[in-house]
Amino acid sequence: MKTEMAAIEIRNLTYKYQNAEAPVLQNLNLTIEKGEFALVFGPSGCGKTTLCRCLNGLIPHFYGGELEGEIFVDGLNVRETPPAKLASHVGLIFQNPENQLFSFNVERDVAFGLENLGVPPEEIRKRVDWSLELVGISDLKDRAPWELSGGQQQKAAIACVLAMQPSILVFDEPTSFLDPLTARGIFDVIARLRRELNLTVIVVEHRLEALAAHASRLILMDRGKIVLNGEPRKILAEAAERLSLKVGVPSIVLLHRRLSKLGILKDLTPLTTSEMAAQLRGVLTRD
Amino acid sequence: MIKLENVGYVYPGGVKALRGVSLTIGEKGSLAIMGRSGAGKTTLIKHLNGLLKPTSGKVTVDGVDTRKATVAQLSRKVGIVFQNPDHQLFAETVEEEIAFPLKNFGFPQDEIKTRTEWVLELFNLTRYRHHSPLSLSGGEKKRVAMASVVSWKPKYLVLDEPTLGQDRENKLRLRELFEEFMGEGRTIIMVTHDVEFTAECGFNVALLVDGKVSALGSAQEILSNVELLKEASLAAPQMAELFLELEGVGAQPVFTVEEAERLILSRLMAGAEKP
Ligand SMILES: Nc1ncnc2c1ncn2[C@@H]1O[C@H](COP(=O)(O)OP(=O)(O)OP(=O)(O)O)[C@@H](O)[C@H]1O
Ligand SMILES: Nc1ncnc2c1ncn2[C@@H]1O[C@H](COP(=O)(O)OP(=O)(O)O)[C@@H](O)[C@H]1O
Ligand SMILES: [Mg+2]
Ligand SMILES: [Mg+2]
Repeated sequence: MKTEMAAIEIRNLTYKYQNAEAPVLQNLNLTIEKGEFALVFGPSGCGKTTLCRCLNGLIPHFYGGELEGEIFVDGLNVRETPPAKLASHVGLIFQNPENQLFSFNVERDVAFGLENLGVPPEEIRKRVDWSLELVGISDLKDRAPWELSGGQQQKAAIACVLAMQPSILVFDEPTSFLDPLTARGIFDVIARLRRELNLTVIVVEHRLEALAAHASRLILMDRGKIVLNGEPRKILAEAAERLSLKVGVPSIVLLHRRLSKLGILKDLTPLTTSEMAAQLRGVLTRD
Repeated sequence: MIKLENVGYVYPGGVKALRGVSLTIGEKGSLAIMGRSGAGKTTLIKHLNGLLKPTSGKVTVDGVDTRKATVAQLSRKVGIVFQNPDHQLFAETVEEEIAFPLKNFGFPQDEIKTRTEWVLELFNLTRYRHHSPLSLSGGEKKRVAMASVVSWKPKYLVLDEPTLGQDRENKLRLRELFEEFMGEGRTIIMVTHDVEFTAECGFNVALLVDGKVSALGSAQEILSNVELLKEASLAAPQMAELFLELEGVGAQPVFTVEEAERLILSRLMAGAEKP
């Protein structure tokens, strides 16, 4: 049954992997509205990937284990919806791109999901070309995945998911294999798609520098729980205040905090170097 | 010293991944190799322990031509941690994964035990010692892969994307380890896209563009040169970018929050003293 509701609605989610001793997610609650760009961060091993797997149905349909609570994605109850059906609503780009590529060439990998959905051949052609072009790897379409560099594999994995045109995109540490300018370029594209098509975007990332400015919301996880959740500037300021030894806080945010404590800066926590530069110019040129 | 002399490498399929790389490593400290996806970084480091042999040119490790030694022999000196940890992990438990190379290199039993405990603790893995490496998170797998090489203390420690999946605390520990190793005369060679981490570590930087070294210098020089960085698809660290935007504030490139704070305070004082 499909009802009009938030893009993601998670209630009291507790999850334990098969044969594991303790649950990895504990009583987690989260609502993400349609059209949001949520940036999720948190220490290594805190459950970020596990949360992603709950959104596209890998958990529980593939991993099994013990799941309590409710997960709704695009109005669909994940527990009751087959993963193949979920795939046209939500696309997950895996942390390890290799696990997303299994055929003998990039083009076939990108077409695979569409063929499974029974999309007509001309439409497949169009979407494959479109998504390869968007991530900038049209020239690699005939290569085998094992003949690609790490970053090229990551771009191919992103193309696979974009081709499905889901309304919710979930990226699990997408910039880990990408150079900074390529990562910037891809996220400029994603941000544009989000505006044009009203997509919901969820990104797990340690390096907040590159993505904080795109985010409508920041979510900090720790030990299977959501510990901070809200407006990006507010969350960054809070993380800088008490968590900077645990999670990476962008250096402009750390500098801003120091200078604010000294009473030098008074404006909001900056998200970009340009914003920070403007604030500093204000005090440096004042007489 | 590891010496690459005009090294070229062509993959069997015909891709020219390296096009004449000349580089001497281990003379003047540790090195970060950076550059665009597909520039040839991983291909380059696979030459350091003989896993790939150059199709032209020559690689020597402390004078030994990599064509004339086995990977096993070279590995004792040159330990490589690969980009994708899944390619490296195979044992049933984390503990066995770490102990395996130590056994292979013939370390005595008690030494194996001491070193295993040391790296388990260092990489925050003690609570997973009896877990299967396959059941770990991405960042944890990467740490197991690093632990199982760091344990034998190679003279040259080569890491492909060491900060992959790592949080702040683990990055700080990694930096401390690098300092310890360098203090013992070892050399770290890391491939990374993490400009912030490279700036923090203060390694020398080699930029790789289309299979060639386009620039080589200190982190200070390279990571503040916007033109060079752009060609290698990199961005300057945030503090450097900030001061480039604030043209005229500070003559030297700024990399740390502490330096930045000092500089701004001194500017404000100087301004206040003006008549
Ligand atoms: N096994 C292989 N067979 C054929 N070509 C390959 C193979 N591995 C890499 N290549 C190609 O060689 C070039 C260099 O790849 P390499 O993996 O060294 O890049 P890299 O600099 O490490 O990139 P990244 O930052 O994305 O990991 C690329 O064009 C890549 O597609
Ligand atoms: N397939 C699995 N089976 C059992 N435990 C797992 C599995 N995948 C991850 N874990 C464990 O669950 C915890 C959370 O992992 P994960 O969600 O991957 O963390 P991260 O926040 O780094 O993405 C970790 O302690 C990890 O070891
Ligand atoms: Mg993860
Ligand atoms: Mg690589």
